[in-house]
Amino acid sequence: MNKLLQVTHLVKNFGGLNAVADVSMHLDNNELVALIGPNGAGKTTLFNLLTGVIPATSGSIVLSGDHGTYPLNGKRAYKIADMGLSRTFQNIRLFKNLSVLDNVLIAMTSKFKEGFIPTIFRFPSYYKTEQQLVEEAQKLLAIFELEKDTDVLAKNLPYGTQRRLEIVRALATKPQILFLDEPAAGMNPEETANLTELILKVQHQFHITILLIEHDMSLVMSLAQRIYVLDHGSLLAQGTPDEIKTNPAVIKAYLGEEA
Amino acid sequence: MDTLFQQIINGLSLGSIYALLALGYTMVYGIIKLINFAHGDIYMLGAFWGYYVINTWHFNFISALLSAMVVGAASGVIIEYFAYRPLRHSPRITALITAIGVSFFLENGMSYLFSSNTRDFPQIIKQVNYHIGGVLISNIQVLILVTACALMVLLQLIIKKTKMGRAMRAVSVDADAAELVGININWTISFTFALGSALAGAAGVLIGLYYNSIDPLMGMTPGIKAFVAAVLGGIGSVPGASVGGFLIGILETFVQSIGLSAYKDAVVYFVLIVILLILPAGIFGKNVKEKV
Amino acid sequence: MIKLKANFKYNVIWFLIMVAGFYLMNTLILVGVIDSFIENMLVTIGINIILATGLNLIIGFAGQFSLGHAGFMAIGAYATAIVTQTNSTPAGFYISILVGIVVAIIAALIVGIPTLRLRGDYLAIATMGAAEIIRIIINNLKITGGAAGMFNIPQFADWPTVYIMVCVTTIIIVNFIHSRAGRAVTSVREDEIAAEAMGINVTKWKLAAFVLGASTAAVAGSLHASYLQTIAPNDFGIMESISILIIVVLGGVGSITGTFVAAVVLGVLDTVLQNFGTLRMVIYAVALVLIMIFKPSGLLGTWELSIKQLWRRPKRKERVES
Repeated sequence: MNKLLQVTHLVKNFGGLNAVADVSMHLDNNELVALIGPNGAGKTTLFNLLTGVIPATSGSIVLSGDHGTYPLNGKRAYKIADMGLSRTFQNIRLFKNLSVLDNVLIAMTSKFKEGFIPTIFRFPSYYKTEQQLVEEAQKLLAIFELEKDTDVLAKNLPYGTQRRLEIVRALATKPQILFLDEPAAGMNPEETANLTELILKVQHQFHITILLIEHDMSLVMSLAQRIYVLDHGSLLAQGTPDEIKTNPAVIKAYLGEEA
Repeated sequence: MDTLFQQIINGLSLGSIYALLALGYTMVYGIIKLINFAHGDIYMLGAFWGYYVINTWHFNFISALLSAMVVGAASGVIIEYFAYRPLRHSPRITALITAIGVSFFLENGMSYLFSSNTRDFPQIIKQVNYHIGGVLISNIQVLILVTACALMVLLQLIIKKTKMGRAMRAVSVDADAAELVGININWTISFTFALGSALAGAAGVLIGLYYNSIDPLMGMTPGIKAFVAAVLGGIGSVPGASVGGFLIGILETFVQSIGLSAYKDAVVYFVLIVILLILPAGIFGKNVKEKV
Repeated sequence: MIKLKANFKYNVIWFLIMVAGFYLMNTLILVGVIDSFIENMLVTIGINIILATGLNLIIGFAGQFSLGHAGFMAIGAYATAIVTQTNSTPAGFYISILVGIVVAIIAALIVGIPTLRLRGDYLAIATMGAAEIIRIIINNLKITGGAAGMFNIPQFADWPTVYIMVCVTTIIIVNFIHSRAGRAVTSVREDEIAAEAMGINVTKWKLAAFVLGASTAAVAGSLHASYLQTIAPNDFGIMESISILIIVVLGGVGSITGTFVAAVVLGVLDTVLQNFGTLRMVIYAVALVLIMIFKPSGLLGTWELSIKQLWRRPKRKERVES
């Protein structure tokens, strides 16, 4: 069977530094996979390669769809987003000066078409599309209890809510795969617990695959079906949470030589 | 072959003026990220000061040059204090418009006070032409080149070897961190303006000697050219500004010499655009990629 | 469907305001309150509004610092001058506007595709250079009359033409901004990397804003040429680009209402100061610096006049009271 996303021998060099060195991994349909590793292991770089923010030095990324397979390497980020890979960012990157609603609407841009002339001269078809867009965005915001904040500027939201909005925005692109880059960073235990529920809800309600970077091990262990461990740019281990917990190489990487 | 050398000599003389101006742009930009549009007008002030002191007080070249540098530095510091300092935390485009306003003020204020006529710059140094193997070099060209290079070396020494120079470099990398380690930001910025504007004042006297005529709007075009030179070299980079200045000077004289003087500026801008497309941050600029 | 009706209502209100403005102008001219001197000022203000709204789209909404707007204006002006020279009819004038738009779009694509990758001040300097190249080419061509420029251009643009064109271009730009396209363009300004990750083709939308701004600048150029009947390459230099930029920043980057206010304020200021001779530009410069120091985000910041909000506010109050 074809994997939904197949990554083979992926390499990224920055000058002499191997940020990602020969990583092969895969994601299946409806899976929740975690990517862990010490700081500087290359996790975010790997995300950036997968979502097309930076080009890979070598290796391949292949997405399987209903009509065959599509190579993703070399494609621009917006094309990759259109093909169903969406993400959040480690340092929240919302459109700060725009409203919550606009943030979501922007993510739906490529899913709705409007001609230039109907837009400029406000044909009835323009209002129709616009209404559809807004309704759909509001539906999505309601699921995540953001419907009261639609007109609030993104920068005025509390930190935890900003993280939530970033997930909503990513979902608005109708992804097959969602990449979450440290969604629990800077959250207190209560917020983290809410986030855990939220992620499970997303996965069940939208039937999507999630790849998650996270340092909070309780979150990772309670959510992930499979875990990849990255260290110094290469894969150190992979397996179920229980396998990873007892893997001596992983323990060594996390606690140092002396442990 | 001789004409080529001749053009290089002419280009270097003109280029050294651009380089002196470009240094001011690049230093100010490096430290507060402002395109100091009024910089070309400080060069005009320097030229007018030179004109005045030579004619009325009979200064010689050296004292005219040095006093023009002092006047340039003082005007730079005053402009920064009154016009730019209140806007240090405002959007950059606001500061840019303020700089344009200051430029209009200096150009038109000088026109209003002293009329907009073009006047002859007193020739305190008698022009002597040397023929060296078919290439014509005047003593003024040599003087301009030597003075400009001496000033650039001096500037490099100040930036690299002195405490103030270290402070300038620190503020341009990270103003907040510099403040935390006890650097007086306001002082450092004033000092940067003083240095850059002193060079512009010197350039004003030199161009007066070279071209022989000055007027209140003389700073506009060289100002823009020098800014282009700074961008070409990589704005914020001191060696880049010098190299950019010389490059543009040589390019201009070269295009002129092959009979395309009508397209002189177009060629300069075209080369600028091409270089920016290959090196988006100029020749010596660091292309800082945004971290995701 | 309720929404559709409501929107229709606001559009009708805006339309009525425009018609009322037209008749107000017309009456004031008939009564003699507006003489040819003031009419001239108003037409200049109108042309500046067209130029500055287009530039505000590029700078304020797409976040791309372009300093070459006068180049596109020059294209429109020369298109009209050249076309109406051979075809001196109103139809010829409108054809010339279209020619100007088409050439400006082509030029904007040639300039924009490579340079819009540059950031901030580098883009500003590259677009300034591109506009200078356009000006220097015009300066050296025979068909454009070289440095002397072109004169005796037939006058087809009177104040009603300019008024209608101000309305049309503003409607186009405002409607563009408040649409799916405008949101995409604004997201590019906010965060290019995030926009791209959300499926926004950043290059395409930057270019769209740039091209739309350039084509309205060409329209302004056509009106300028036909109204003043004389043009020269030096009318479209760096200083012209800068004066358009000043209107945008003074009004508030990202506020179309602000652009209108600033264009009017500067236009009136300029006319009033004509009596001061050389001192005029000194006063203008001081005013500019003072406004920037005391109102760094421009006269109106990002505030926008919206009938919709004016309409809703009293209603909301009523509800609270009842």
